[in-house]
Amino acid sequence: MTSSQLEKEPLEAPGVEAYIEASIQACSWQLRRSNLTAPADYTVPSGAAAHIAIAAAAWGDAAVIAKRCGLRWAGVWADHIPERMVLMALLAGKDGHLLLSTTVPDSKPELPSQAEIYPNANRPERHLHDMFGITFSAHPDPRPWTRHQGWKPDAYPLRKNFPVAGFPVENTPADDTYPFIKMEGEDIYEVPVGPVHAGIIEPGHFRFHTIGENMLRLEERLGYVHKGIEKIAQGRDIPGLIRLAARVSGDSSIAHSWAACQAVEHALQVEVPPRALALRAVLAERERIANHCGDIGAVCNDVGFSFAMVQFSALRERVQRLSMELFGHRLLMDCMQAGGVGRDLNADGITAILAEQRMLRTEVAELMPMILEYPSLQDRLRTTGILAHETAVNLGTLGYVARASNIDYDLRRDAPYPPYTGLEVHVPVYTEGDVAKRTRVRGDEILIATELIEKLLNTLPSGPIATAITLSGHGAAGLGLIEGWRGETLAYVRLNAAGTVERYFPRDPSWFNWLALEETIHGNIIPDFPVCNKSVNGSYAGHDL
Amino acid sequence: MLSILNKIRKTGILTEKVGATEDEILLLGKNCQREIAASFGGSLAIRMVDAGSCNGCELEMHALNNSFYDIERFGIHFVASPRHADMLLVTGVVSRHMQEALKRTYACTPAPKLVVAMGDCATNGGEFGVSYASCGPVANVIPVDACIKGCPPTPANLLRAILEILQKKYT
Repeated sequence: MTSSQLEKEPLEAPGVEAYIEASIQACSWQLRRSNLTAPADYTVPSGAAAHIAIAAAAWGDAAVIAKRCGLRWAGVWADHIPERMVLMALLAGKDGHLLLSTTVPDSKPELPSQAEIYPNANRPERHLHDMFGITFSAHPDPRPWTRHQGWKPDAYPLRKNFPVAGFPVENTPADDTYPFIKMEGEDIYEVPVGPVHAGIIEPGHFRFHTIGENMLRLEERLGYVHKGIEKIAQGRDIPGLIRLAARVSGDSSIAHSWAACQAVEHALQVEVPPRALALRAVLAERERIANHCGDIGAVCNDVGFSFAMVQFSALRERVQRLSMELFGHRLLMDCMQAGGVGRDLNADGITAILAEQRMLRTEVAELMPMILEYPSLQDRLRTTGILAHETAVNLGTLGYVARASNIDYDLRRDAPYPPYTGLEVHVPVYTEGDVAKRTRVRGDEILIATELIEKLLNTLPSGPIATAITLSGHGAAGLGLIEGWRGETLAYVRLNAAGTVERYFPRDPSWFNWLALEETIHGNIIPDFPVCNKSVNGSYAGHDL
Repeated sequence: MLSILNKIRKTGILTEKVGATEDEILLLGKNCQREIAASFGGSLAIRMVDAGSCNGCELEMHALNNSFYDIERFGIHFVASPRHADMLLVTGVVSRHMQEALKRTYACTPAPKLVVAMGDCATNGGEFGVSYASCGPVANVIPVDACIKGCPPTPANLLRAILEILQKKYT
């Protein structure tokens, strides 16, 4: 199959079923099981709408078909089960997810790349090469991604025989030989920024090519805060895993810990009590509100409008204080546990949260129009950092960044998980794709979240807040998929018979939104980069792992 | 414009005394202001370095600048370069990939300088510890004057700890 087949008319209703149908109809490529037998302790992860195992040689073709069916590429990860490596890629249709898997021998882990078809597979595949030594043939970019100089190019930390301690040298040298893509021409110069940035912000490197103040190109170099999360998760018990998941990205502690809990619950077929599910959603919506408040203020502050920063950071602080009072943590860390939540809400707590929602609605409904209608602020935000719809689709962009570029997608509405299965979730979508709309989507989402919280609390089921976890007695794997405040958040967890973690992979939405940031800068000047960056707000920690 | 001015008037001053031991904090702040005046020319400039955090500590550091805490009232502010800094406030375990960057940042900071490790990770390795990818606590990489525990420390604890560190060091 060639890419020319992509030019055929796409199927009308993109969805998982369409994919399966198209796969069967694709005469040039027979869908078939892998020639290698799956490893003995490999179990198909529960949690995706459908699962197809294919031969490794068909990995690239599968991407071609999926793209033709209009499926979004949502991540790839591997699992080393000695002698074999199982690769899994997640594809998303409008109505659910399809898990594609294949197996390669660990002595020669090679298979075709999907990055030519799906550009957002580029960095995740390079991550797999750095971590597992998997070679993707015809990959468009052979440079390392996650690995800097922290370990040798022929050592692969996520292989089972690589010790957690590794083989570190006393001083890890700077990664100063990374071959950034060059632009040549008269008056073009490079501006290197980072890893240590000017603000209170995480580390990463940005390489700009500019003419005068005009940005021609931005290339990101991430991986500075890689601290081995995937490796140190292995061997933990379930509570230890959830504690770690809450710290994959501190601003998304609920999103990642809920995804990890859901993955464990899918793997072990745990039924979470209704009250716990409702409380989880309340936590997730409060995390959304707190982060959106912080970021709306920060976006405005980046163009010198400190009024909004003062107002919205005060709202954020109020939300965080109530979180501390009711849930024991200002960032809601460690509120989740596999099987439920760790803390119940009493009547006073419910009253306090309901009052908070009324306060938020009044404040945000008053403040957003001031921001949206203030001419000198909108002069800076409108038409700045435009992400075109086609680009956003091509890069698998997620969350508010996608919705500001007219991608009408939200897991909570389109592939809902409980308790959202019983809730109507309104999704704000705009066409402009600029900083102004990315900010406006967040304002809208705060208001929508306050209504969701009210509905959840007004119909809060009674009953227990957690159910005990029973081990299945054999290995099991599961997927978790949560619409965090930043977008669709994935977790893959495989447990052994003793309930110990064999593999944990969290995929933060930032993996794809970082790519979107590189595209927002065209036609903008360097002084507007901070506001473009803030309006996207990728997580470095969630990406670098 | 009028609506903005009106909102500012209605909001009033949110800045408050910190924590339960309000007088103690203000006294501490006052004493520290004296020390800051004597040792740092009236203002303490902090450069934060994320050496491998989950970004939770950064969020709480940001909170110090909101109206409720308003850390600048004590003459303490965050600066954009280590060359302008009196104190390095370091978060996270030190990832191996940030080891050299942290050492260079430390070298760029003019003496006399204070290094404060913020949060459990920076203090003792926290959730991440030492591994192929992590050097562990900050003290494993550069000399540390003081540590602030918490995952992450609350802004009130962070503010209190910074003031205490100054008092201990310079009185």
